[in-house]
Amino acid sequence: MLLIPCPHCGPRIQEEFAYERSADSVVRLDDAPDVAMTALFSRANLRGEEAEIWVHAQGCGQWLRLTRDRMSHAIRSVEPL
Amino acid sequence: MGAGRYSALSLLRGALGGHRHWGRAWRAGEPRGPYDVIVIGGGGHGLATAYYLAKDHGIRRVAVIEKGWIGGGNTGRNTTIVRSNYRQPQLQRLLEYSLKLWHGLSDELNYNVMFSPRGALFLGHSDADMARLAERGDALIAMGIDADLIDRDAVARLVPLFDMGRDARWPIEGGLIQRRGGTARHDAVAWGFARAADNLGVDIIENCEVTGFLREGNRVTGVRTTRGDIAAGRTGICVAGNSGHVAGLAGLKLPIESHTLQAWVTEPVKPMIDTVVMSQTLHCYFSQSDKGGIVGGGDPDFFPSYAQRGAPIRLEDSIAQAISLVPALSRLRMVRSWAGVTDMSFDGSPIIGETPLDGLYLNGGWCYGGFKATPGSGRLYAHLLATGQSHPIAAPFDLARFAQGRTIDEAGAGPMPQNR
Repeated sequence: MLLIPCPHCGPRIQEEFAYERSADSVVRLDDAPDVAMTALFSRANLRGEEAEIWVHAQGCGQWLRLTRDRMSHAIRSVEPL
Repeated sequence: MGAGRYSALSLLRGALGGHRHWGRAWRAGEPRGPYDVIVIGGGGHGLATAYYLAKDHGIRRVAVIEKGWIGGGNTGRNTTIVRSNYRQPQLQRLLEYSLKLWHGLSDELNYNVMFSPRGALFLGHSDADMARLAERGDALIAMGIDADLIDRDAVARLVPLFDMGRDARWPIEGGLIQRRGGTARHDAVAWGFARAADNLGVDIIENCEVTGFLREGNRVTGVRTTRGDIAAGRTGICVAGNSGHVAGLAGLKLPIESHTLQAWVTEPVKPMIDTVVMSQTLHCYFSQSDKGGIVGGGDPDFFPSYAQRGAPIRLEDSIAQAISLVPALSRLRMVRSWAGVTDMSFDGSPIIGETPLDGLYLNGGWCYGGFKATPGSGRLYAHLLATGQSHPIAAPFDLARFAQGRTIDEAGAGPMPQNR
């Protein structure tokens, strides 16, 4: 189970948070179709560290950028988005 | 190769000799390329692919390369449920093709995979659930797949230990049962396909991890492994759970995220539940293994991970649901829980097809439903790897469907694996 240090609320259990998507996969309103398609459907899905977007859904409600290892579950950093 | 054909006679002979004559079921394969086809991944799907490549297509220079040992990955981590009662016609065709193979598989492989068609029951907890199940049943019958909508009393007769009270946490109103569905012994499926493939000359190379691909321009000509380079005419990725990682070694990004799925088992008890119980309203499923343990599972962990371990809270969810349906389960001790890594595809359906690289093919994205597809997936993938053309049943599951808006989205959840 992850213990996520929310920059606004301090360390909280994973269950308060919801994973949204990889940080490099955000679809923007003015993206060209092929860029939007890549953001929607292509993932590096690394067996290692990736930056991700999470939301503290059951806490402060703020969006966060987590840099996290998907193999060891170690969290390197959590920043407000 | 192997210990000859298994039969009642060989068993009797074994009994007279104290069962000391049984040999290895398959050779310890050594890389000896070049191969016509290399299958990356020695799970059920990969081994089935190799078997059907040799059997259906007469391709004998085939290798299966496996980073660990046979039966050590997702093949040995699932909850062993076999059924074909899906909602989308493409998935119905795919899983029904597989279910028909399950029904003759032990004879086909000369290996008892302990397939037990004990019925797979979906529960309905409300009028709305029953309407949905009726709609699904009609769609299945129209496709020629068996489905029986049964009422509350019939469900109570089927599993007398259900809490049928009107004040139950999840009242049971009825169900939809596929009587040809059931369970199989998951390790035996891998071992049976491994032995049968080996008997046809396939090299099964364990403890051999792929570290990269051999390339000539846009063509993949083999694999780099921890046991040296191996050349191949065609290379098939078949590593669901790790598809993202292996495809990444070829520079590809897939519509797949790897998520954790957990399962649990209780101490073995006398027969108490003789059908597979599932609730898609709750998302909980369980059955009793032939050894007597109640095996169950629920939702995945909702965030990407390759760690093969999950959070207790997800276990608690599915166990609480199971206990609310069968209160007697609360008296059993849970002896073990474990986790596997699932390829969560971005429409919830598998991917079987070519990749943007020549000579490299992909079979993955099985989400948390790959076990039931093992023989069908292998046979259809073998067709693709042997001929270069997708079989009509597999054709809708190509990688290009995402860009072309042809997703097969059983849950209607969109490109969000954590919402499935």
